[in-house]
Amino acid sequence: MARRFPELAEMKQAFGGLVQSICAAHRNEVYLLTDGPDVRPIVQHLRSEYDARVAAVFAEDRCSAEGVYFNYYVFDQTGNPQFLIVQAPVSQEDARFPSLAAEIPAVNWQEREIQDWFGLVAEGHPNPRRVALHDNWPDVAPLRKSFAIDTVLPPFEGERHIYRPTLGEGVFQIPVGPIHAGVIEPGHFSFAVAGEPILYLQLRMFYVHKGIEKRFEQLPVNRAVYLAESISGDSSFSHGTAFCQAVEQAAEVEVPARARQMRTVLLELERVYNHVADIGAIATDVGFVIANAHASRLREMILCLNEELTGSRLLRGMICPGGVRWDWTSEQMDKCVEVLRVFAQEFGGLMRIIETSDSTRDRLERTGTLTPEKARDLGIVGVGGRASGVDRDARRDHPYAAYDPATLRVPVYQEGDVLRRMQVRVDEIWQSLELIAAAKAALAEPGSHRVPVSSIQPDRCALGVVEGWRGEILHWIRTGDDNRLERCKIKDPSLNNWPALVEAVQGNIVPDFPVINKSFNLSYSGTDR
Amino acid sequence: MFKILRKTAQTGLVTIGYPKKTAHLSTQFRGAPRFAFSGWRDARPAAEACPTAAISIQESDGARRVTVDYGLCVYCGQCAEADPSGAVEMTREFELAALDRRNLVLTAEYAVDNEGIQYDLKKLHHGYWPVEETSEILERNVRARIRQVLGRSLAIREVDAGSCNGCEVEITALSNPIYDAERLGIHFVASPRHADMLLVTGPVTRNMELALLKAYRATPDPKVVVAVGACGISGGIFGRNYATLGGVDQVVPVDVFIPGCPPRPEALLHGILLAVGRIEQKGLPQ
Repeated sequence: MARRFPELAEMKQAFGGLVQSICAAHRNEVYLLTDGPDVRPIVQHLRSEYDARVAAVFAEDRCSAEGVYFNYYVFDQTGNPQFLIVQAPVSQEDARFPSLAAEIPAVNWQEREIQDWFGLVAEGHPNPRRVALHDNWPDVAPLRKSFAIDTVLPPFEGERHIYRPTLGEGVFQIPVGPIHAGVIEPGHFSFAVAGEPILYLQLRMFYVHKGIEKRFEQLPVNRAVYLAESISGDSSFSHGTAFCQAVEQAAEVEVPARARQMRTVLLELERVYNHVADIGAIATDVGFVIANAHASRLREMILCLNEELTGSRLLRGMICPGGVRWDWTSEQMDKCVEVLRVFAQEFGGLMRIIETSDSTRDRLERTGTLTPEKARDLGIVGVGGRASGVDRDARRDHPYAAYDPATLRVPVYQEGDVLRRMQVRVDEIWQSLELIAAAKAALAEPGSHRVPVSSIQPDRCALGVVEGWRGEILHWIRTGDDNRLERCKIKDPSLNNWPALVEAVQGNIVPDFPVINKSFNLSYSGTDR
Repeated sequence: MFKILRKTAQTGLVTIGYPKKTAHLSTQFRGAPRFAFSGWRDARPAAEACPTAAISIQESDGARRVTVDYGLCVYCGQCAEADPSGAVEMTREFELAALDRRNLVLTAEYAVDNEGIQYDLKKLHHGYWPVEETSEILERNVRARIRQVLGRSLAIREVDAGSCNGCEVEITALSNPIYDAERLGIHFVASPRHADMLLVTGPVTRNMELALLKAYRATPDPKVVVAVGACGISGGIFGRNYATLGGVDQVVPVDVFIPGCPPRPEALLHGILLAVGRIEQKGLPQ
């Protein structure tokens, strides 16, 4: 195991005046304040000496309060539940910071997002073009405090995005989107192909950018929970939980054991209904439609159970800061056990059908391969990461709710193809059923399901992390006056993982694109916010 | 092959009978809230608790206008929880789709005393402000004509103009063996050029405005547009901001509004059938 994160004395010795202070804001959250925007030596040190990974990079406008912008670099380490957050001031007058993207490709989009949303400049970025605003937008910095959320921008003019030309004999481009053939979210894909194989894929995302991070700054916390649920509809409960965990951390509220068990049940139900739908969709995309008919029936089974347990098929309205809104009756819990018993039986049957189909396996194996090296360099998280050797799962690495890191098994494969991404989902569904059964047993003891979170101190920072079914979800907040938020940063796993798709499709044929895309199944809304 | 057939035989028929039969809802399902307007003494706690400002209050001298907008409501139940008097209760009603945006809005005009207690309900009407009923007869004629042209088959192009993908989860469910919209002659098509209906989820983002307009223009006449979910109707919790334009009707004309967050599959079927005149409008719970 790598060495635990350093103490202040060691950092001061190594970096002298560059390190201002280190403070432990919460049990698993340490902030390291630097002297200026150049964090390269510190980042280098943390990566080489401590084997740390940059989980997220984001900015905050503190110009009116502290006269500077801050960049935050969130680090974590395998086997250490603590996050180390490097906080680097960027001055108003010279709004530049050195880019890390050439060294750490995983921060490529995130640094460009800071450029687009805060008007800061990532110096030395290998590809500094816009990502989070389209090229036809005027020069605005929407997340600066001086920018009013209801600003009406003039009609857009000019090119939305200039794609890089791909040249060569017989090479041509296939533009797809933003409206796709199926019921899918919007995004534009530009394929450069030579015959059938894909040479190069370019993505244009952020079609569904809704200004969510800015919107968070307007709502009181109890209403903002509903905004968190609407970041990515299929991950309503995971995003809601990540948000509430951040709020509870800031308010220093301990969630009762019963609520933690109930959250675990619901987080796992969300995983199960999405994973089983994805397994069906992967089967459909290789022409095995009957498997999808069964899989979508199984998903429906869980959605109905969700409604039975929370009143909402997508688990909405259940999470709240301090616990969950309603306790369960014994009838509801019996129903849960019964539905999952039938589900387990049926799911076993479905997998036997899929696994014994040679032609399905033939289409999935060695299709859309993402090598472990690329997955590591790009910082791929979640299902896509675990299928490519990235042994990471926030349920084990940063335990929350009622997860026990000692017993949680994380399925990891090295091959990185569509088949393994499906297999990770299969393994996780079986484990989810066990986790729900264990939580159900613990729920036999009565207890409180909610503690009040009345008023929250202003100017508290906190991080909430949840392993959603797609991967690691981070919510970072700074509280403000009147139970409002000064800033809420959301990082959906999709933001990390889109570049993986670009790598995975190379050399594959265009007709395999849908199944490769589905095997990652990323959220456009979660990415675009 | 044998395994597959055996599994099919074991599974049997799973499709529901809605809309011919009533929908099977769980006991816990949260549908539309119902407001006992005449006995409601204080709307302020409910309005305060509402995450999307679906319940809004306008105060003027000795009077209060309380507006409930089902096109903004996300059916969370916070209002019922916050109102101490029990004048707000959650129902299991979900067939809320409306042909007119105003039919999703109820406004109650109250006289209030010094403490802010509503002691007299003066008036209750649809819409944010009282308006004369519009040319509904004309609308009915148009609808009959659409029905004639489209017959019993309907081709839908779904357009996500900015949704969180919650609505897409439920729209996708319409094609599964449980809801099986094909049994009603409804199918989803890949191009707006093949479509009779655009089923649009929102809020419409600035970046999707052009794509939505192009899809609308590419859809052959006669066509109908259905706005799905709180965001598609009004912008929902996102509202209007630098990146969003609000509801679908800000960009293209909308024929039917389906409330919900997201609307359950039966509610989607109800709204779609309402748009082509194959089912009746139900109205709000009162």
